[in-house]
Amino acid sequence: MITVFVPRDAAALSVGADEVAAAIEREAKNRNEDVRIVRNGSRGMLYLEPLVEVETEAGRVAYGPVSTRDVAGLFDGGFLKGKSHALGHGLTEEIPYFKNQERLTFARCGITDPLSIEDYRKHGGFDGLVKALEMKPIDIVTEVTTSGLRGRGGAGFPTGIKWKTVHDLKGDEKYVACNADEGDSGTFADRMLMEGDPYCLIEGMTIAAIAGGATKGYIYVRSEYPHSVHVLREAIDIARKANWLGDNIQGSQYSFDLFVRMGAGAYICGEETSMLESIEGKRGIVRFKPPIPAIEGLFGKPTIINNVMSFAAVPIILAKGGEFYRDYGVGRSRGTLAFQIAGNIKQGGLVEKAFGITTRQLVEDYGGGTATGRPVRAVQVGGPLGAYIPESKFDVPMDYEEFAKVDAMVGHGGLVVFDDTVDMAKQARFAMEFCTIESCGKCTPCRIGSTRGVEVIDRIIADVDREKNMVLLEDLCVTMADGSLCAMGGLTPFPVMSAVRGFPEDFRKPAPNKFLADAAE
Amino acid sequence: MAKVGKKQKGPRREEPAALTPVEIAAVAVCARHGNKPDELLEIFHELQHELGYVPDAALPPIAQALNRSRAEIYGVLTFYHEFHRHPVGRNVVKICRAEACQAMGTDELCRHAEHSLNVPLGGTTADGSVTIEQVFCLGNCALSPAVMVGEKLYGKVDSQRFDEIIAGLEKEAAE
Repeated sequence: MITVFVPRDAAALSVGADEVAAAIEREAKNRNEDVRIVRNGSRGMLYLEPLVEVETEAGRVAYGPVSTRDVAGLFDGGFLKGKSHALGHGLTEEIPYFKNQERLTFARCGITDPLSIEDYRKHGGFDGLVKALEMKPIDIVTEVTTSGLRGRGGAGFPTGIKWKTVHDLKGDEKYVACNADEGDSGTFADRMLMEGDPYCLIEGMTIAAIAGGATKGYIYVRSEYPHSVHVLREAIDIARKANWLGDNIQGSQYSFDLFVRMGAGAYICGEETSMLESIEGKRGIVRFKPPIPAIEGLFGKPTIINNVMSFAAVPIILAKGGEFYRDYGVGRSRGTLAFQIAGNIKQGGLVEKAFGITTRQLVEDYGGGTATGRPVRAVQVGGPLGAYIPESKFDVPMDYEEFAKVDAMVGHGGLVVFDDTVDMAKQARFAMEFCTIESCGKCTPCRIGSTRGVEVIDRIIADVDREKNMVLLEDLCVTMADGSLCAMGGLTPFPVMSAVRGFPEDFRKPAPNKFLADAAE
Repeated sequence: MAKVGKKQKGPRREEPAALTPVEIAAVAVCARHGNKPDELLEIFHELQHELGYVPDAALPPIAQALNRSRAEIYGVLTFYHEFHRHPVGRNVVKICRAEACQAMGTDELCRHAEHSLNVPLGGTTADGSVTIEQVFCLGNCALSPAVMVGEKLYGKVDSQRFDEIIAGLEKEAAE
């Protein structure tokens, strides 16, 4: 029996993984080959998807990107024995893109069958939870604090402090909530982990629950991720049956249950207080802080809220100790981050590396430059609210503090690459437009500021009172940054002003035509 | 319109009117969710899955079942981009317009979609087959531009692949 791996990750499916799996099954049957197909997660080399792997004595051998047309040829070429082929890449784990990573959170993703608990256990899964079940809650908090883990959702707040706050509060009811509303363009790490290694998230949340004293948790997944929702619901059911969730987990005194809630296409629900409102069945409007959600969160109760990546980092921290994790990284940015290289990129995918790697290394060494073959002009780092970085800043190490020094943010490590055809005035306009579409409407700087922002940029593009409007735009950005209630309005000035400062020539072009100029007046 | 003073035929006003199919569906979905107000989004999702959209007529019975005001129910429904208040095409085709897809030409893809289907983004084709919508990020940013039809995700979609996807839908519908 030969084991063949064909990913079931949504990105792999989007380029035909299901069809390829079916074709391999058909072809194997026709040729009387005894083949077992495992639908694994993605290895994160998305430029090679569908990446088919064959298990051989030497290890897993990679072929990709495979289309249904290639399947017969692969059989002819002896891929079941791991023989070389035009689509072959040799041993998967020797591919430089993969080999040179530091995979802690994504250690299992793409390797295991995402829904097999046996597979998960065999690859170190639940080791962290087993330890946690034996520990005092405060010692779990200490371990996480020691690791230096900061929220991987973007804001970078120390996770240990959050957990300690909830731990210290008395209360009959507390919650754990996972923010899986990964709405930022250029990010897919959460999705990949939920689909490729769901138990890792479940384990991390369960450890958080024990640390904080919660018995109930929610994963808030965006509706754009139906595959993640299905996998998580299935995984939770299986985990419950195997007593890794539910009452008295593995015979311990701890009980914890987990539920999936689906969003409905509102970017703002990635903001933690909006997410809480949405889980409660309300409009996703941000709440005033204080009180912080750790004190009054879901249904008014103390709540540990973290991003998927933060929770998923916890199992290995517990399994191998806080120091082990802390030893990766630089400065006050400890551990690893799942960098995501996207947009106009030749070799797009996920690269988990310790903090300190540079934009240039990610875009050029891993990414191989643009897909169009043209020079890279700008990289937006950290989502639609992150700065556009010009080439002059490509060598700044990826580190929360170093990036802040150059008016940018690492955020969740998503990189969107643009080639030299990009019009940065248009991108700045889009940042404002996006804010008008997605603002929850609670505060004026965000709701009205963004609308006015689009108009001001339109006038700049149309060369109507350009100098005056440039000053006005800057003024408006200051107001939005200082006056908005949450990151939506507060950070929209980041992409806008980074475009103005980094690419001023794009705001000085001749007006497209007279008609537009008149219309903008 | 009945004339004032003229006695109306049919059931008298004080008799409880029979529930419409929409109301029956709404009541049933709420009951499946234990009439819990915090499951309102799930209720909308399920109703939209059943009916294709969430009709206004469903709101009063939902409000009653969850013991919330109609204004609150309406407010929630209209806050979220995902929910439709009016009938949509048999296939909803979502085209990602976020930055990663912009970097790979989603603007041209949107223009192509609008031209070839002869509807603007947000519109439904004359035969009721396809509604095209803009969305912001389908999580397929390394294989952009991305498109989603129902729950099926497509990567690296250019104009030609878009046409093939649409042709595939027509074919499925015909079968």
